[in-house]
Amino acid sequence: MSTKERNWWIVAGVLIIVYALFPIAWIVSLSFKAPADIANGQFLPTVFTWQNYSQILTGDAASLFLPALRNSFGICLIATFLACILAMFAAYAIARLNFRGKKLILSTALAVAIFPVISIVTPLFNLWRLIGLYDTWLGLIIPYLSLTLPLSIWTMSAFFREIPWEMEQAAQVDGATSWQAFRKVIVPLAAPGVFTTAILAFFLAWNDFVYGISLTSTNAARPVPAALGLFSGASQFEDPTGATAGAAVVVTIPVIILVLIFQRRIVSGLTNGAVKG
Amino acid sequence: MTTTVPPAPPTTRAPAHAAPSGASDRAKAEQRLGWYLAGPAFAVMLLVTAYPIGQAVYQSLFAYRLTDPENRRFVGLNNYAVVLTDAIWWQSIATTVLITVVTVAVELVLGFLLAMVMATALRAIRPVVRAAILLPYAIITVVSAFAWQFAFDLNSGFVNSWFSWIPGISATTDWFGSFGSSITVICLAEIWKTTPFISLLLLAGLAQVPEVLQEAAKVDGATWWQRMWRVTIPNMKAAIMVALLFRTLDAFRVFDSIFVMTAGANGTESVSFLAYRQTIARLEVGLGSAVSVLLFLAVVLIAFGFIRGFKVDLSQARGEK
Repeated sequence: MSTKERNWWIVAGVLIIVYALFPIAWIVSLSFKAPADIANGQFLPTVFTWQNYSQILTGDAASLFLPALRNSFGICLIATFLACILAMFAAYAIARLNFRGKKLILSTALAVAIFPVISIVTPLFNLWRLIGLYDTWLGLIIPYLSLTLPLSIWTMSAFFREIPWEMEQAAQVDGATSWQAFRKVIVPLAAPGVFTTAILAFFLAWNDFVYGISLTSTNAARPVPAALGLFSGASQFEDPTGATAGAAVVVTIPVIILVLIFQRRIVSGLTNGAVKG
Repeated sequence: MTTTVPPAPPTTRAPAHAAPSGASDRAKAEQRLGWYLAGPAFAVMLLVTAYPIGQAVYQSLFAYRLTDPENRRFVGLNNYAVVLTDAIWWQSIATTVLITVVTVAVELVLGFLLAMVMATALRAIRPVVRAAILLPYAIITVVSAFAWQFAFDLNSGFVNSWFSWIPGISATTDWFGSFGSSITVICLAEIWKTTPFISLLLLAGLAQVPEVLQEAAKVDGATWWQRMWRVTIPNMKAAIMVALLFRTLDAFRVFDSIFVMTAGANGTESVSFLAYRQTIARLEVGLGSAVSVLLFLAVVLIAFGFIRGFKVDLSQARGEK
């Protein structure tokens, strides 16, 4: 590659980075603006202030934001965990066993994944009110499975297919018990796939908005995206812009940490499940 | 194409009737074990989708308002007639289709460019580019919608003051005051957020194009452009189609950005938003269910259209061999 060509690729790469980071940088910058500064028409604040963060973490918006943060973490982690356990068994069967119905299960997963969430939320809204699941953690965990489970099944079976299962037998031939063979050979090989799937499933659950605003009404179960949507609706504080930006930054931090640490795995998980056959 | 699928034991491959009874038992046991393991996940998936959609179909046949349960009565297909003859429905369909077509078309081109850069980008900057590109994908849609809304907002935004040199944009340009400009901002936000997903799928597709073919074309004197159209793109057709299918279906369900940015004002209401407004906000369960069912049918139609029309090989998408 000539130096000139090289420089062009670097420019292109930098352009992509700017493209990806610009809106994030903007909301971060906005979150450091004082109320008087919000309308300054500039990208950066004239004076940096932590005011918005103290408002959502200890101030008058904390009663809306902190419970939502707790709900989001709790509900998403439980939904991710359940989906991964269920998907692990299913994916093992799909990758390893020969049984009729394999195709049916994978097609169902695909169908559920493309399902319009809003079509599920309407009937659930009624049903949950009837049976008392409205505005509860469980009332969100169950529908979140419809988001996380299909993706988990695909992604995990794609990962499991690539595991050299013969190694298990090889270990047994070498004198390992079947439990040892499983624990020492198969688990370390399967763990990265399970882990990657868990991250992707968590992103999906964490991102949910439709279920969040439709199936909750109080701090008992309302997740963060729904609470964010309400910031602007509620007139608890004068201008919700700064507080919303602050809250948006706080909920983005876990996502950024996960992306930075596990970027390679996330990419392989995303593309494995979808394209590589 | 998975080449690492463990070879199935020969006994299970043999036709059951020809196999010795032991092998057939083994096949049966494997069959049973398969369903024991995969059954729970399958049942949960059905439970959380098939049941609600069945319920929605049922409810769509009633005139039913949650605030007025006494007057719930069977009206047959009347709700559908009401929805399908209402201008609001067709407006929401038009808006949804517009957003879908614009965003998917732009994302495909942009995503392809990003994939090309990532595929050829120098080793040194590749991890940085990859991490950066994952951020829009991983960020909450509502957060992205707020970021874009605040940027264009009359009060908090910087766009008006930055771009005031462009004719038509001034300090008082209200982006969310009319249909065209609102849709533009909604599309921009959607494009920013979801292009990375497409580009990653296309990147994986690019990696599957055999290097030999590229070399051969080069030796034969094909220009860069010819190689692109005759070698690269035909060879990654499957990846392109899968990416298109997923994104189209996803775009057709657009809700979060619209909710945050315009709340459906100025004709920016999407089908999902209409269904939400009918059921959750107005408690018109019968009508809302009818809209939900119609949306569901539309999505099914699109999926089938893709699979039949473009011959998308879904076994590729499922990781089936």
